Amino acid sequence: MAAPDNDANHTAFRALLELADDCLVLGHRLSEWCGHAPTLEEDLALANMGLDLLGQARALYAHAGEIEGKGRSEDDLAFLRRERDYRNCLLVERPNGDFAVTMLRQLYFAAFMEPYWRDIAESSTDADLRGIAAKAQKEMAYHLRHAGEWVIRLGDGTGESAAHMAAAATELHRYTGELFMASPVRTEAVAAGLLPDPENLREAWDDTIATVFRTAKLTAPEVRVHQKGGRDGLHGEDMGHLLAELQFMQRAYPGLSW
Amino acid sequence: MYSQGLIGADSSTTESEEFLAAFQSRIDREEKIEPNDPMPEGYRRTLVRQIGQHAHSEIVGMLPEGNWIARAPTLRRKMALLAKVQDEGGHGLYLYSAAETLGVSREQMTEELLAGKAKYSSIFNYPTLTWADIGAIGWLVDGAAIMNQIPLCRCSFGPYARAMIRVCKEESFHQRQGYEIMMELAKGSEEQKEMAQDALNRWWWPSLMMFGPHDSDSQHGDQSMAWKIKRFSNDQLREKFINATVPQAKFIGLSVPDPDLQWNAEKQGYDHGEIDWSEFKAVVSGEGQMNRDRIRDRNKAHDDGAWVREAALAHAQKRANKQHIPQEAAE
Repeated sequence: MAAPDNDANHTAFRALLELADDCLVLGHRLSEWCGHAPTLEEDLALANMGLDLLGQARALYAHAGEIEGKGRSEDDLAFLRRERDYRNCLLVERPNGDFAVTMLRQLYFAAFMEPYWRDIAESSTDADLRGIAAKAQKEMAYHLRHAGEWVIRLGDGTGESAAHMAAAATELHRYTGELFMASPVRTEAVAAGLLPDPENLREAWDDTIATVFRTAKLTAPEVRVHQKGGRDGLHGEDMGHLLAELQFMQRAYPGLSW
Repeated sequence: MYSQGLIGADSSTTESEEFLAAFQSRIDREEKIEPNDPMPEGYRRTLVRQIGQHAHSEIVGMLPEGNWIARAPTLRRKMALLAKVQDEGGHGLYLYSAAETLGVSREQMTEELLAGKAKYSSIFNYPTLTWADIGAIGWLVDGAAIMNQIPLCRCSFGPYARAMIRVCKEESFHQRQGYEIMMELAKGSEEQKEMAQDALNRWWWPSLMMFGPHDSDSQHGDQSMAWKIKRFSNDQLREKFINATVPQAKFIGLSVPDPDLQWNAEKQGYDHGEIDWSEFKAVVSGEGQMNRDRIRDRNKAHDDGAWVREAALAHAQKRANKQHIPQEAAE
């Protein structure tokens, strides 16, 4: 195979990993709620959203593995990399915290990914990715609605819930800037037509969040410094613990079939 | 997942003989009893207790398996396990709704569970120690639950019977999924085989206990049978389970941890060793290894979520008030 193709494949592989890692890590976080949610209905909803994201991760890893062409499976990619090789944004690895933190994290992520998947489904040069995106966009539209409704309920519920929501916004808002920062590999993928430019979505995202916050009677906190680093494999302290659990079986019993 | 043998409701009833005879003849004609139909108080009480215990078992049962979602070995297994535990939550929801048709609220039933007053299946008071436990639970625990729940699809109380039809379909899928996990382990490495055998050793006897005490020690069986809430006795169901499961263990090369287990050609079924009823009684009365942890975890989720539920109610009230104003103005 000619060198330019290899370069293109390498870019596509790494760009897909960023997306896949976001889905895996957030799906894993949501799955941690299972059996512990505030209501039974919400236990089912959180599991549903977790399943959507894990399903998206599987499709993306499988596709990335094919593009890479080294025979790595979805599980090799999901379970057998070092912490510094995971390229998810910092927002998705934030611990679940209370229900307000979990719902606001979901709102922030879904408000970005829903239109991003829509753009990918419409414009990506990769037909397989367009297929994954079309399905994922529908799922994220539900996450956006569900999380948005909860942020409104909690923001405009009781004094106590409003305080929880405000604290969640203070904690998480500073991680949202990274959603729009194109890493070098994403910039290459944008140039190649594989992915749309995330920067194009900033205005729409701001509008979505402003609408939800206004209805929820919440104020978006002022962010002096946006946190970043996930796309370079520079994670927070909680990430290693997440991976310790996620990877436990594959690390403790290497090379077996389950 | 659930099995009988807890219940313990007082089925005594004070209606006139004429009323009871008329009710019994409906039961004997295999008519379904619906929520608004006349029914003996003892029938209602037995069902509230049984459906409540069944629902609680689904909810508490989410915890031991939930313990392995974060550590599931592959993405496929992780999704299947998360979906399975979600199914159990769905069964709980469905069953609480069925119980509510009898005039008891989900909140009341939940309060009883959290206060440690309501019973749930004894099996969930054992810990899940390895990945193989997830296989063993699906195979054995859901397998035992199916033995009990298939006849419940013909239970005389309509909402319960109808709920069981859907629940059984899902449980049957869970059972096959659990067996498939065990099969994969049993054909794997030595370590995996050991893991599978160890899980079978630990879950076998507690699974047999799920069917409840021996018929000779079961206090409320006869009335439930007459009312066709129950269709088979504890021992009959336990035998069916053993007869179905022993060949499945053999097929994948695992040994059932019962030295007295023997095929009895005369009865066309297995004879088995004595069950340790003192262990069963201890676990049912709250002295199992995990009883306190399970109730503590349920209480924690409930307490941590209190402000969320209050906020949802407060917000709904605000919305209702807002919508009310223009309506009044229009009038």
